[in-house]
Amino acid sequence: MPLSFEKPIDDLEARIRDMQSYAEEQQVDMGEEVALLENRLATLTRDTFANLSRWQRVQVARAPGRPTAVDYLEGVLDEFTELHGDRTLGDDPAVVGGLARLGDHSVVVIAQQKGRDTKENIHRNFGMAHPSGYRKAIRLFDLADKFALPVLTFIDTPGAYPGIAAEEQGQAWVIAESIQRMSRLGVAAVSVVIGEGGSGGALAIGVANRVLMLENAVYSVISPESCAAIRWRDAGAAPQAAEALRLTAPDLLEQGVIDEIVAEPIGGAHKDPAGAVANVKAAVSSAFEGLRGLDRAALLTQRRQRFRKLGRFTEAA
Amino acid sequence: MALERWFRRQRPTRGDEGSPAGLWLKCPSCHAQIYRKDLVANLYLCPECDHHERMPVDARVAMLTDDGTFERWSGHILPVDSLEFVDTEPYAERLAAVQKKAERPDAIVTGAGEMLGERVAVAVMDFSFLGGSMGSVVGEELARAAERAAEEERAYVVVSASGGARMQEGALSLMQMAKTTVALEALTERRLPCITVLSDPTTGGVTASFATLGDLVVGEPGALICFAGPRVIQQTIKQDLPEGFQRSEFLLRKGMLDDVIPRRELKARLATYVRLLRGAPVDRERAAERVKVEKPELSRAAVL
Ligand SMILES: [Zn+2]
Repeated sequence: MPLSFEKPIDDLEARIRDMQSYAEEQQVDMGEEVALLENRLATLTRDTFANLSRWQRVQVARAPGRPTAVDYLEGVLDEFTELHGDRTLGDDPAVVGGLARLGDHSVVVIAQQKGRDTKENIHRNFGMAHPSGYRKAIRLFDLADKFALPVLTFIDTPGAYPGIAAEEQGQAWVIAESIQRMSRLGVAAVSVVIGEGGSGGALAIGVANRVLMLENAVYSVISPESCAAIRWRDAGAAPQAAEALRLTAPDLLEQGVIDEIVAEPIGGAHKDPAGAVANVKAAVSSAFEGLRGLDRAALLTQRRQRFRKLGRFTEAA
Repeated sequence: MALERWFRRQRPTRGDEGSPAGLWLKCPSCHAQIYRKDLVANLYLCPECDHHERMPVDARVAMLTDDGTFERWSGHILPVDSLEFVDTEPYAERLAAVQKKAERPDAIVTGAGEMLGERVAVAVMDFSFLGGSMGSVVGEELARAAERAAEEERAYVVVSASGGARMQEGALSLMQMAKTTVALEALTERRLPCITVLSDPTTGGVTASFATLGDLVVGEPGALICFAGPRVIQQTIKQDLPEGFQRSEFLLRKGMLDDVIPRRELKARLATYVRLLRGAPVDRERAAERVKVEKPELSRAAVL
């Protein structure tokens, strides 16, 4: 199902398909007409996506069919081998971790996985991790440090799960611990916000040397819906809240929260998942390449400084 | 100190102490009518039932530090509305109004002092200032205080009271969670203790960062301490929450806190923690002071 602002694009695509099948059936050459419409389609798609409102970006970031973390694990990495469990509470399906190869190098990967369909979404708890998921991340950070393997994380979560067991098992404690553990990695760490970067639950695996973000992903302190409910006392004000929160990739680049925007294929990652995966692979490889010369101490210092300096304020006279 | 003078000048001529509504309060726990002066004299504890009322920052600092030893560090940086955030009212206007009322630029006070003779740095969050929310200034003050504490060989005591990150500052408020976390490394490297006291309420991004990263983490009695607030959870799971859920005593049972400490005993206990963690010999004379603050003679008995 297309997003509402994609309707004209979808209609035009349908017309092109119609024309093509008509031409085939009737054995007529409509190449010129098709080319004309395809041209129009490209322009329309480009214009639509160049002028997305922040709220529309939120919808793209959550769009069905958008590649999920597992799609990137499979497409960006070779020999991905999943490692289960946190050694304490269980195995949280919302967080997928494991070993893999990126080019010639072994890496430890940790990813937040939403579902690709309803069934998987339920299994993955819509990408909302329990404390067990963060504990899994923490023990994989330990593993990476021990074997001096770089760490790659994929962020895509509405937020950490708000539930009774999650609170009893110290959701806040494990998120804090995961932030701290990741900040202490003696190896290169790269994070990619691929869809939704939902608050502390996202940051818990986002304390990297370089933080990349897909063009239509969002990263925010609170969801637009919750922000609207609190600040406007009206969940219907989510579009205004999205605007006010400045949560798009260009916004975050400007604020210094992320280091680089990874371009999506025209029409968004959900239109061309393979294209999105290829772009992420290239960006991640070059991000690690850029960190290759740094030793343990330099990596620690760079990461600490990167997060230490974030914030905006003025010094009093 | 020019800033403080500025705030003094901005102060409205009519304070709220004089208003009749401020004279008597109703205890939310036992419902007793409490004479306001008694509550203040009693460390903001209900004289009838010991309910721990939220404590203003200045009173908290005075309670935790030895007389005349506190030297303020915070207050030299000011928040900016870099997103030009407007909801039903512009953030800049909300901020200006609360700054004027609080007479400080943001929701925190930090400084150096002595705690029964122990050299400490303290940071106290102000819930009455935009819900104690953590934006760039609160994060920066916490970070600077941690780093200065390390430089000056002081233990760091943080009293949290916060609704979480300040959403009007967008993703940069979220990033304060990482900033405050990495700033604590300065203390870790010098083996200086960081002790966090979670007071009512401590929620969201504050709980999920520095507040639970103390070497010791303690709660005040009855304090709400959580990541997601009870209302959010109720809306999500559509079930009743267990009795005492997310309160200090509940979290103590769940293994999340080192202890729950009544306010009267807090200073003595924190000083003991600092002394024991630093492996300092016992000062017998001072040890006598390490007892709880006695309940004062109250000017008027509470009435039902
Ligand atoms: Zn009472």
